[in-house]
Amino acid sequence: MTVPWSGNRIPWTLMVFLAALWVPWLGSRYDTFLGTQIAIDALFAVSLNLLLGTTGLVSFGHVAYFGIGAYICGILMKTYGVPFALALPAAWLGAAGFALVFGFFCVRLTKIYFAMLTLAFSQIAWAICFKWNGVTGGDQGLPDVPYPDLDWMSALPGLDGLRVSDRFYLLTLALVAVSLAALRRIIGSPFGRMLTAIRENPERAAFIGVNVRRYELAAFVVAGGFAGLAGALFGIFNRGVFADYLYWTKSAEVMIMAILGGMEHFWGPVVGAATLVMLNQQITSYTEYWPFVLGVILLVLLFAFPGGIVGGLVAGVNWLRRRGGGRQSA
Amino acid sequence: MPASFLFGQFLGGLTTAMFLFLIASGLSLVFGVMRVLNFAHGSFYMLGAYLAWQVVQWLTSSGYGFWIAVVAAAAGVAILGGVIERLLFRHLYGREELYQLLFTYALVLILGDAAKAIWGTQQLSVSRPAILAGGVEVFHTVLPFYNLFIMALGPAVAVGVWLVLTRSTAGRLVRAAALDREMLAVLGANVGVIYTGMFVASSFLAGLSGALVTPIQSIVPGMDVEIIVEAFIVVVIGGLGSFWGTFWGSVLYGQVLSFGILIFPSFSLFSVFALMAVILIIRPWGLFGRPVR
Repeated sequence: MTVPWSGNRIPWTLMVFLAALWVPWLGSRYDTFLGTQIAIDALFAVSLNLLLGTTGLVSFGHVAYFGIGAYICGILMKTYGVPFALALPAAWLGAAGFALVFGFFCVRLTKIYFAMLTLAFSQIAWAICFKWNGVTGGDQGLPDVPYPDLDWMSALPGLDGLRVSDRFYLLTLALVAVSLAALRRIIGSPFGRMLTAIRENPERAAFIGVNVRRYELAAFVVAGGFAGLAGALFGIFNRGVFADYLYWTKSAEVMIMAILGGMEHFWGPVVGAATLVMLNQQITSYTEYWPFVLGVILLVLLFAFPGGIVGGLVAGVNWLRRRGGGRQSA
Repeated sequence: MPASFLFGQFLGGLTTAMFLFLIASGLSLVFGVMRVLNFAHGSFYMLGAYLAWQVVQWLTSSGYGFWIAVVAAAAGVAILGGVIERLLFRHLYGREELYQLLFTYALVLILGDAAKAIWGTQQLSVSRPAILAGGVEVFHTVLPFYNLFIMALGPAVAVGVWLVLTRSTAGRLVRAAALDREMLAVLGANVGVIYTGMFVASSFLAGLSGALVTPIQSIVPGMDVEIIVEAFIVVVIGGLGSFWGTFWGSVLYGQVLSFGILIFPSFSLFSVFALMAVILIIRPWGLFGRPVR
């Protein structure tokens, strides 16, 4: 297996960000809606992939931190009137804090036991959010989370004519881009390389003196924090926070995004999120049986393209390059 | 708190426990041998319930309609399980756990929507079979005969499966496959057939419990993803791969759920998840399981 994203000179984060910036001007209201959802899901899926692809930890409860972030941000903004600029970092830190507590226990287990304990914690979080009427709104959820105050954007050149959803899209895009850049730096750092070493061979990593658990816990906390950030943005985007956000099936959905795009590449989960969101929009306009379609996609993926879309593309490009190289030398 | 009330809670917990054991036993068997957590087990359970309802509709005139429906549903689900294992699942053995987990999740998505397409989204229910319609009063608590039947069936199935596993040749092969698959294959046993057989047996148990739950609970979409988490908890509490662990795990689950409601009225679900988390933290291999390498 290659060490991904090394020696790559093209600033992909910047290029995708610059391209996506134009959506409010070139696209419709619907495109903005799709763009916001893709950006949020992309961050969520990449944060999961820090565990899944980079560290080799199968977390079946990643949705807990997404939901916790959403609730923290939503409760602070709606119930206490805290400004977004404070609620968002609070959601990030809060989700990371919960990830630290839950993760402390989870990383002591491996493989299927790790997956089960993460699932157990996410269901505990779900059960609490579903029943704690006084704080989370219980099964009614927390509707009407307000949009952040984005009037300051009209002071910026070119942004004064935009709708509030367009402004929120730009804000989301900027936050997601910064987060993705940060995650990419983390994965490319010596710390990130060590996570990959742990994925490849935890025993050997332990032999050379690495505290495997501590590294795994650190990855768990970072992933949880960014998932919380994605959740906070999603709560505002969806105009409400509901216990459904934390149900275990959502953990599977984000996992499908990561795998559909390709876990072995940094951009895989982003591609997977974009593909899945757009497919969902297309298919749900024809049929109510989206889960069925998703199940079939997943089957095809598992049996035919285990490397996902990006994995398949990279394999194809390498094959072409080898053929091209062969011809030149002949 | 009056003793009769506590006794009623205890019996309620025991009924829940035996239902859960019927469901979780199949999950535990497949995990014990194949080391796969089967998310689709809940979907098989749901299909068992729908199939039973369907057969009862066809056989309304027959006095034994319910019992025929139960057997037919369990057999139908067993066949489906066997086909899925033979055609699809076996190609994923030896792949990473993540792919196997996601395969069973794909089945959850597909089977859930298939059931919705066939039977719709309205609640369906089946009435209790006439022979078990009444109840008996024990310590001022009315105990329906049907619950009594389930409470007897659970231990009967447990003992039956245990006898097959420990006393028969097939059972010995199954236990050998759980211990060392390669070695068993080298010795000339057809491991593929053992795996298919396990999957069929496990699907049968899922279909059976789904059919048997219909007189007590209404059949609704979403019962698949709800029950699978409960079954996971039971299996994890008892110890992954430990058959008797699953039995005692369900007994413990039933009582914690039943008395948890008294202690935290609105957080009864929380109490069982917390139980699972505590056990995973203290003894990750469960109450009756053994630590894995």
